[in-house]
Amino acid sequence: MTEITSTHYVVLSFLLFSIGLLGILIRSNLIVVLMSIELVLNSVNLNLIAFSYQLSDLTGQVFAVFTICVAAGEAAVGLGILLALYRLRQTTQLDQGTELRG
Amino acid sequence: MGVVISAEVLIFYAFAATALLGALGVVTLRNPMYSAIALLTCFLSVAVLFLLRHAEFLGIVQLFVYGGGIMVLFLFVIMLVNLYQLKELRLFLGQSRAAAVLVALMAVFFIALLAQVDFAPAFTNPEAFVTVEGEALGNSQAVAWSLYRDHLLPFEIASVFLLVAMIGAVVLGRKQ
Repeated sequence: MTEITSTHYVVLSFLLFSIGLLGILIRSNLIVVLMSIELVLNSVNLNLIAFSYQLSDLTGQVFAVFTICVAAGEAAVGLGILLALYRLRQTTQLDQGTELRG
Repeated sequence: MGVVISAEVLIFYAFAATALLGALGVVTLRNPMYSAIALLTCFLSVAVLFLLRHAEFLGIVQLFVYGGGIMVLFLFVIMLVNLYQLKELRLFLGQSRAAAVLVALMAVFFIALLAQVDFAPAFTNPEAFVTVEGEALGNSQAVAWSLYRDHLLPFEIASVFLLVAMIGAVVLGRKQ
């Protein structure tokens, strides 16, 4: 308890990952599902930073930059899909967009 | 003599708690606007945790990209779509109970696994995070050096990826 080890960071990152995964699986609002995906990507970054520190290797930090880049692209495209669904159905509820052909 | 608790430990536990509370808020709050604010709390707390691990550049990037860019995207979309019938809508999908049980089982299993791991002493070479060719400059310079010299190809692929994502978002978002 007197110092913060990599275990603390990995456990925190795993808890954030679990909460994000839970949000992806259970929420019916697409906006909140996209937010949960951001949570998962963020927890991955936390893990990369923790192991970068553990190994004194900068590569983890550089890779986290790429993860942030993917997260930004994913948010933009995901919200574009959300707007397309909203234009078609006037809803952001996942359980109301169930038709394969529309 | 009580146990001396360092500032690092206090800051870690405080911001880990706010990060977890923010994440739980995202998943449980009904109004997406509240979820967005909870998400912002989580992002800012994680930025502080990055700073604790000597990732100063990434802490600031997290603040700008997540706290600035991605949050503004989410808030714009929440304001664009009409959420007036929010009270009548379902909060969770039908599969939520099974999903919650599975995720909880997974969490217990992996955390029990992680608790057994004994990590070697961390951060044995602090100079690696700030040194560019034997000269101590700073974390931003060191990350940039590694990014542009050792990881140039992924960097270029990332730029193409962002271009594709931008075009995709514009095509999806325009009126038919």
